Amino acid sequence: MDIRTIVSGVFLFTGCFFMFVASIGIIRFPDFYSRIHPAGKGDTMGQAMVLIGLMIYEGFSFVSLKLLIIVIFILIANPTATHALANAAYVAGLKPWKKGDKR
Amino acid sequence: MSFVLTSIVMFLFWMLLSEEFTFILILSGLVSSLFVSFISHDLLFGRAIDKSDIVRVHRFIRYLPWLLWQIIISNFDIAYRALHPKMPIDPCIVRFNSELKSELGIAILANSITLTPGTVTVMANEKGDFVVHSIVKGDKALPGIDIQAKVKKIEGVMDV
Amino acid sequence: MFDVAAIIIVLAAALVLYRAIRGPMVCDRVLAVNVIGTKTVVLLALIGFIYKRPYFLDIALVYALINFIATIAFLKYREMGRLD
Repeated sequence: MDIRTIVSGVFLFTGCFFMFVASIGIIRFPDFYSRIHPAGKGDTMGQAMVLIGLMIYEGFSFVSLKLLIIVIFILIANPTATHALANAAYVAGLKPWKKGDKR
Repeated sequence: MSFVLTSIVMFLFWMLLSEEFTFILILSGLVSSLFVSFISHDLLFGRAIDKSDIVRVHRFIRYLPWLLWQIIISNFDIAYRALHPKMPIDPCIVRFNSELKSELGIAILANSITLTPGTVTVMANEKGDFVVHSIVKGDKALPGIDIQAKVKKIEGVMDV
Repeated sequence: MFDVAAIIIVLAAALVLYRAIRGPMVCDRVLAVNVIGTKTVVLLALIGFIYKRPYFLDIALVYALINFIATIAFLKYREMGRLD
C-alpha cells in the first residue's frame, strides 16, 4: 500500500461518489431542465476524477496518455451534448418547472 | 499549409494510439493520415494561424485553473441539492446579451456557464444572445459578469 | 479497489435506467442514454484495469466518440426530420 495507490483510490472513489450523486439527481429532480444540471456537471467531473485516479495508478505511459485524451474529450463533449439537449427542448417549447408545481 | 498541419497532427495521433513502431504500422498510418487530411484539411485549421492564436491559447491555459475550481464547487452544490431531503431548488430562466462576437468566445462562454455552479446554457446564438436556466432565483441566478469579462479577455486580440 | 468502483458505477447506471424507462419526454430518455454512455466509458476503462488489458481503452475512446455523435445525430433528426 504505497502512497500512489492511496491517492489514486481517493480520486477513484470521489469520482464514483459524484457519478452516483448525479444519478440520484437525475432521478429526483422534477423537470427536464433541472435534470440537465446533474447530467452536465456531476457526470463530467465524476468521469474526470475516476480517470485521473486511473492515470495516477498507472504512472506515465501510453495508457495514461490515452486516458488523458478521453478525459479532455469528455470535458468538451459532455457540456456540449447537454447544451444541445436543452436547446432541442427549448425549441420544442418545453416550459420549466416552477416552485410550487406538482413534482 | 492546413494540409501539412492536419496530416502532422493526424500522424502524431496515430502513433499515440498504435503504441508500436513497426514498419507496416508507420506506413499505413502515413497513408491514412495523408488521405484523411486530403479529404478534410479545412476542418481543423480553417484559416491561417497567426500570432494572435498563440496568445489566445496562452490566455485560455491561464483561464483553466479558475474553471476547474468552479467545476469542483458546482459539483458540491449539485450533491447538496440532490441529497437534501427537501431539495432546495427554485428554477428560473434568464435571458441576457453578452457582447462577445467570435464563435470561439461564445462557445467557451456557453460551456463555462454550463460548468459553473447553478446555471446551464439553454440557448446561444452567433449574435451573442444567451438563454440560461438557473437552479436558484435571485442574486446567484445571473451568470457572473466575471465569467464574461474573463472570456472577453481571452477573445480580446481578435478585434484589433 | 477497481472492482468496487466498477460496481458503484454499474449501480449508478441502473438508477439512470429508471429515468430512461419512465421519462415522460423523449428528451429525458436521450439525456438518460447519454449519461449511461458516459458511465459506460468509465466502466470500460475500469474493466481494462481489472483484467490488465489496456486494449479496452481504445474501445472506451471510440465509445466516447460514438456516444457524443449519437446524441447529436438523434437531436438533429428530431429537430429537422432528416439527417442529411
